[in-house]
Amino acid sequence: MDQWSGYLGLILQGAWVTIELTILGSALALVMAFLAGLGRLSKLAPLRWLATAYIEFFRGTSIFVQLFWAYFVLPLLGVPLSPLQAGVLALGLNVGAYAAEVVRGAVLSVGKEQYEACVALNLNRWQCMRHIILPQAFIVMLPTFGNNAIELLKATAVVSLISLADMTFQAQVVRSQTGNTLIPFATILLLYFAMASALSWGVRRLERKLARGLDGVRA
Amino acid sequence: MVLAGEIGVVQPIIKVDRISKNFGAFQCLNELSFEVAPGEKIALIGPSGSGKTTILRILMTLETINSGHIEVDGDQLYHVERNGQLVAADEAHLHRMRQKIGMVFQLFNLFPHKSVLDNVTLAPILTKKMKRADAERRGMELLDMVGMADKAKAMPAQLSGGQKQRVAIARALALSPKIMLFDEVTSALDPELVEEVLNVMRKLAAETDMTMLLVTHEMSFANDFADRILFFDGGRIVEEGKPGEIFRHPKQERTQAFLKKIIAAGQRI
Repeated sequence: MDQWSGYLGLILQGAWVTIELTILGSALALVMAFLAGLGRLSKLAPLRWLATAYIEFFRGTSIFVQLFWAYFVLPLLGVPLSPLQAGVLALGLNVGAYAAEVVRGAVLSVGKEQYEACVALNLNRWQCMRHIILPQAFIVMLPTFGNNAIELLKATAVVSLISLADMTFQAQVVRSQTGNTLIPFATILLLYFAMASALSWGVRRLERKLARGLDGVRA
Repeated sequence: MVLAGEIGVVQPIIKVDRISKNFGAFQCLNELSFEVAPGEKIALIGPSGSGKTTILRILMTLETINSGHIEVDGDQLYHVERNGQLVAADEAHLHRMRQKIGMVFQLFNLFPHKSVLDNVTLAPILTKKMKRADAERRGMELLDMVGMADKAKAMPAQLSGGQKQRVAIARALALSPKIMLFDEVTSALDPELVEEVLNVMRKLAAETDMTMLLVTHEMSFANDFADRILFFDGGRIVEEGKPGEIFRHPKQERTQAFLKKIIAAGQRI
């Protein structure tokens, strides 16, 4: 039994790495989503092209290949990254490309009349975006952002391939040391599920909080 | 059909000069011209599709124009002079010009994520750099004027249509525009809520010297409220004059036919 608690410690260490990757990757993804999503809606054509190129490239290629580029190819170009940095970069850029389309769609879903009210009140484009459009669009984005974050959490498992000791990596270690497959993998199955559940719970709560008052019900 | 004589020596605050506007193949405004004197209350009436809402939206810079010129308070609205020639104005110019004009919409267009008071104070704080405390004091005065002070903390979704529209009026007034545009502001309201909005507008007309243009289907209100009626049809002004003349003695056949239809539909003038 002692032996198992040691192995559990190992898996929990890995769980921490997975959490770290998820948080940092999501933060980068969020920034990229807004940059590229709003970039695609820009009046300036070069910004639109840049954003489109980013989105299409990172959606159109495998996260696995992107990760290998970040970790093995960028050093050859003079950008050496730690496994964690490479993992965060690949995950953030990949999921950010998907989430950028969420940002764009949500911004477009806000009615034309809200933009017209902005004009009539003489707000400039940025003020209108910042105070009127984005707060309303953000509520529309949230459920899909929650999805994206869970996707990102599950995609963190690929970083074990660049020797980053995340949860999946540690489960492999335990498996090779004990010869037991069921216990380590059942453990991480539950841990992934628990993390994903925590994520969706958090997003739902945020959603409820932000939507308060919008439907006429004062909670 | 501009009755320049009626305006006399006062410089018009709005001068619409041969404005044309097409939506695809549909010519919405056809060389439309008219003038408005400062402080004048004008009602724009006519069948739907006649261009009355479009000219209001053009004055608010919500549409572009195909040709013609508009002067507002002595400056060109859509043009600036460069090397003695009028060229299309940039956003900065439009921004300056919009300070003179406010608009109230048929569907209120309140910001659903902001409280009633925040709806009213947002633009003064952002565009006039007003201090929040000052903006809120002024906002409460305006809400009081439209009878909505007790709902200052409510969200728009908690209000009735009439209440929303009164908040929207306060919101537009918060920027102290010289000209207010009202686009069918009672058309989306339940009949029993129309009067509370019209009362606010009557009060506004009585207490301020703002220039007001309103598009309406409420003929009796237009009759009481307006100094002058413009009857639109086919993107032009077919007939204009004092409410008494237009409603009791319309000269043009199309005006007569329109008013006959309105009366047949049950409205009293």
